[in-house]
Amino acid sequence: MSRKVVVTGLGAITPIGENVQETWKNALKGVSGVHALTQDWVEKYDLPVRIGATSPKPSEDVVSRVQAKRLDPSGQLSVAAAREAWTDAGFSGADADTSDELDPTRVGVAFGTGIGGVWTLLDAWDTLVEKGPRRVKPMTVPMLMPNGNASSVSMEFKARACAITPVSACASGTEAFFQGLNLIRSGKADVVIVGGAESAIHPMTIAAFNSMQALSRRNDDPEHASRPFDIDRDGFVMGEGAGAIVLESEEHARGRGARIYAELAGAGLSADAHHITAPATGDEGGPARALREAMVSGDIDPADIKHVNAHATSTPVGDVPEAGALRAAFGSAVDDMAVSATKSMTGHLLGGSGAVEGVLTVLALTERMAPCTINLDNQDPKIDLDVVTTARELRPGDMVAISNSFGFGGHNSVAAFRSL
Amino acid sequence: MASKDEILAGLAEIVNEETGLETEAVQLEKSFTEDLDIDSISMMTIVVNAEEKFDVTIPDEEVKNLKTVEDAVNFIDNAQG
Repeated sequence: MSRKVVVTGLGAITPIGENVQETWKNALKGVSGVHALTQDWVEKYDLPVRIGATSPKPSEDVVSRVQAKRLDPSGQLSVAAAREAWTDAGFSGADADTSDELDPTRVGVAFGTGIGGVWTLLDAWDTLVEKGPRRVKPMTVPMLMPNGNASSVSMEFKARACAITPVSACASGTEAFFQGLNLIRSGKADVVIVGGAESAIHPMTIAAFNSMQALSRRNDDPEHASRPFDIDRDGFVMGEGAGAIVLESEEHARGRGARIYAELAGAGLSADAHHITAPATGDEGGPARALREAMVSGDIDPADIKHVNAHATSTPVGDVPEAGALRAAFGSAVDDMAVSATKSMTGHLLGGSGAVEGVLTVLALTERMAPCTINLDNQDPKIDLDVVTTARELRPGDMVAISNSFGFGGHNSVAAFRSL
Repeated sequence: MASKDEILAGLAEIVNEETGLETEAVQLEKSFTEDLDIDSISMMTIVVNAEEKFDVTIPDEEVKNLKTVEDAVNFIDNAQG
């Protein structure tokens, strides 16, 4: 019998809230975090996309001024979300070294990112071009490396079991849950801080995503730009932020008397090996296989699943195959699932999205509320799902809620949480 | 051209920015590694920022000789000339 893995701490810093509580409150109210970008580079480069969902900066109490200089913005968000999750988990000390109930060599980190320190990389390039090689900061490499976030979280909390970095584009955050689950099940760790972060709203990334026709150009109406499942969706909106969850073996959590939110019952992972950006479809497509694997992994009957936090980015090509994958994997049980697309409010946090959506999925279970999908004025007839437009109460009783993430490169990851 | 006092004050600001140490802690006789607990990567950041602030060049092979704050102040003072 493999070890049960439970959720004992939540953290988030998102375009709709500087912490979990505020993010959750706004996700139930249907608040949009999307706004017009006012940075000078928007005009300077005459960007075709002028909207985004930026996140608040971590406060200096959480990430000090000196620490901030040594962390890429995505690293700062990672540490902030992880700190909230750590505090929420109720450990006795500020890190594993100072918490009597923890063995630091049994505490791990799995923290994903889609792109890594893109701001650091491009700032360093600008410095090189403008001022020459001597002015490129010595901290550039540790700040830009994609494993920097996992490493920073590990250093912050003295987590010495391992610090791994799932890098699977927009599936990274949810893949971190998969990795964390397996680290605990396999006996490698008792506690794993899992999560994901992204801070990549930069003129170059906007230009690049725009070139592939992935972004909404609803510049004159930012709040309505992210509209997953709606017939008039025209692309995703770039967001930034981070989410973090403390995972723990049930035995370890009960042993220290921790408050337990839910069980991370199962997780699925697959690769399409199909197309670099277009999702695979059909019964044997990667998304459907990842969904089924999560069910097997958690010994879950599709009839138990009552809520889905969909990947649903609001792109014309992405949303329909997800609906198809859910039906391919679950059959008619899908009709009894309340589906939320929270990217309608947060925008798309890329490597952070799965982590934040995992936090929202756990809260949907504990608070028995499915969060909003805003801007769904006319549901695409090709999407045969029960999409939650205004926050809806979920019935009492045992249930499972899942969170999907699919990334460029054909990466698919699914996390399945069970109420306790 | 900055005076030695101005160089010390400027250096203290750079060290504060990089490490959070109070500027008053940055005194002439202090050793960067022993007293101020500055690691090699922070030292290189301080050197790069000092080069920019005082418009001097501090060659990499020279950095290991800058053991104390006074060594750095003297080097920058000479380099300005």
